[in-house]
Amino acid sequence: MLSFALIFIAGIFFSGIISRTKSIFSGRKGPGIMQPIKDIIRLFRKGAVYSQTSSFVFQIAPTIYFSSVVMAMLIVPFGQSKGLISFNGDFIFFAYVLALGKFFSIISALDTGSSFGGMGASREALYSMFAEPAFFILIGSLALLTGHSSFQEIFSALHLGSYITYALAILATFVLLMIAMIENSRMPIDDPKTHLELTMIHEVMILENSGFDLGLILSAGCLKFAIYGALIVNLFIGIFPYEYTIPLFFITQFLIAITIGTIESFMARFRMGHNAQFIFALTSVSLLIFFGALLILGKFI
Amino acid sequence: MNYITLLNNQTIGIAAIPEISYDTFFEINTGFITQHPERHCVNYFGYKIGDAIKLICCIADDNTHQIYVSSCVVKRETPMLALTSKLLCFEKFEREIHENFGLNFIHHPWLKPLRYAFNRFDTSQTIANYPFYSIKSEELHEVGVGPIHAGVIEPGHFRFICNGEQILHLEIQLGYQHRGIEQLFLDKKELLQRATLAESIAGDTVSGHATAFASLWESLCHFQPTRALDFTRTVAQELERIAIHTGDLSALCADIAYQLGASVFGRLRTPIVNFMQEWGGNRLSKGLIRAGHNPFPFTPALAARLLAVFDAFEPDFNEMCKQMFKLPSASSRFERTGVVSYDDVLSINAVGMAARSSGLHRDIRLSHPYGLYPELNHEPVIKRHGDVYSRVQMRKEEIKQSIEYVRKLIATVPEPHADDNLLQSPQTDAFTITLVEAWRGEICHCAITDAHGELLIYKIKDPSFHNWMALAMAVRNNEISDFPVSNKSFNLSYAGHDL
Repeated sequence: MLSFALIFIAGIFFSGIISRTKSIFSGRKGPGIMQPIKDIIRLFRKGAVYSQTSSFVFQIAPTIYFSSVVMAMLIVPFGQSKGLISFNGDFIFFAYVLALGKFFSIISALDTGSSFGGMGASREALYSMFAEPAFFILIGSLALLTGHSSFQEIFSALHLGSYITYALAILATFVLLMIAMIENSRMPIDDPKTHLELTMIHEVMILENSGFDLGLILSAGCLKFAIYGALIVNLFIGIFPYEYTIPLFFITQFLIAITIGTIESFMARFRMGHNAQFIFALTSVSLLIFFGALLILGKFI
Repeated sequence: MNYITLLNNQTIGIAAIPEISYDTFFEINTGFITQHPERHCVNYFGYKIGDAIKLICCIADDNTHQIYVSSCVVKRETPMLALTSKLLCFEKFEREIHENFGLNFIHHPWLKPLRYAFNRFDTSQTIANYPFYSIKSEELHEVGVGPIHAGVIEPGHFRFICNGEQILHLEIQLGYQHRGIEQLFLDKKELLQRATLAESIAGDTVSGHATAFASLWESLCHFQPTRALDFTRTVAQELERIAIHTGDLSALCADIAYQLGASVFGRLRTPIVNFMQEWGGNRLSKGLIRAGHNPFPFTPALAARLLAVFDAFEPDFNEMCKQMFKLPSASSRFERTGVVSYDDVLSINAVGMAARSSGLHRDIRLSHPYGLYPELNHEPVIKRHGDVYSRVQMRKEEIKQSIEYVRKLIATVPEPHADDNLLQSPQTDAFTITLVEAWRGEICHCAITDAHGELLIYKIKDPSFHNWMALAMAVRNNEISDFPVSNKSFNLSYAGHDL
């Protein structure tokens, strides 16, 4: 329950902090931190418009997408406190419940029949597919290292290991951060601010969504960021008492948001063709973690 | 003689242009250009004389600074071998002539409508039934973008034929705006109305088109522009070049999602356009350039202000350029994206910055100088690779060059003269051609007057007319997601095409 509440609170501020960082770096006054949430609230008060050529899939997809993210949120633990749902192998459930949401957003983009929707859907499907092995090798190695198979047990056992586990945790932070960027369509994979449909990945899929549905998709995006942030925090906090870990949670989320804002300010995004290479390279970083885990366990000579 | 030789801004009697048979017309005009990369067609148009149509073709020669003008009178029904059958650079011109007069060109690759003028020959051809190049394939797919631009700027439809992410073919369909500018030039009789029209041909090339119109009108009225007039026009055009190029660099950075570049270059453009506001009361320099009249003389006080603007501009600009060119992620997006080969720019008659980025020496400031350019000893910036990176570098170097020119010019501000030169009425039965190198490239205005000195025909050619084709060539075999950055690197005008 604790993690659910914390992720929810972090999600409210996350997008606002990113855009505030970007506006400070570009010398603009920029919108307030609460602006993304105000936008979402405004959207929730509106009705949605549906194209006559779209079917029921287009109408249910945003709800399924949102609920899949909330479901994933329930699984994430916080230190010693378990997530609302916790069982052996819950990390597989976590990955595929998110994939379910993504599947529905992809078929709803295809459902609109616009030439952009299909393009975005194919890109999104490709990049999620490439990101998947990185995530599973990462969590799988941690599971192998700790000998547990649920998020909460993995994370609390990880902390009890030697200092080398912290080195692995740092590598894992990098991989999770990059996966968060891919899943949330941020730079350098995708540019969330662009108005050019041809270069969009995620944005082009939700071009046809409006009002309440768009609000659901945007709020799911905010929560997703905080979920990955929470996973990263979990790599480090382990068994510390709450009076340290709760501030640490928010500080880490804040730093992640600033890091993303900084990356988006000072570099150009990748050429679309290089994205696949980049994402696949994450898998090799995950493999490093895997070999690290094997080393620690003494499976290598 | 089969043709007459003119200089830039020269007026002659229309009767002085030799009228030759279409076969000779075909031979000499294709003969001029074949194997001569230094020559290109600057304008080719027709107008009605009774039942017949008179065609006038103007070929500019960059080495001799001359323009070769020839004409012929043809009947609508007579089949004529299209000039395009020999040289692709006439393709657009012949499409326009065919659209307006229904001439019977044969062996033209595809006489598609160009801009749907209200007085076109065949009104059954509408934008709704435009004949697109299409494919019959299960594997390929078409992506249609527009006519509403993602940034809601101007209307144009882009139809891509793609193999996955790769573009195989792009067709650009323009002609949504139906402004009828050339007809308006004839309908509006006041000089002020016409000057305002000229400023509205393309909103980002105000001083270019205004200079072209003013020079053309002065030439028609046999008025010799004073040094102060030439000074105003030359400085205004170079400032326009600096402002638009800087704005384009900002937009290019925005297209590759490089926020720092987008905001810094965007900020740098503002003081330049604000200076135009200070000088002439309009940030786009509207109202600054008038035929035979200098409403806003440049003063030494303005020169001091402009020097201060440049002194603040240059260090920031140089630092930002340095940052951008050493950023690997930016270079990776610019390099080898949107390549147009030298042969392509030559065959499609590309002009201006786009042509120079692919190694083609084509710059009116050097080849057909006007205003104060002869004394600047202009040396065009030439790049060879023809990719987006070349066009980005071209902008950077042209900005630096223009600043240098303006600094040199404002070192001696000419004495403002008494503004009492009254223009005579235009010469009767005359033909005038004016070439101007605006920031985007060569602008050509042609005018013909009737027996009363009234305009009979006013013909405009904006650089975008040909350069749109360069964009279509550039994006072939590129990723479709690189289209926006290629497009922005050309930054072509929809309005300049849809006259």
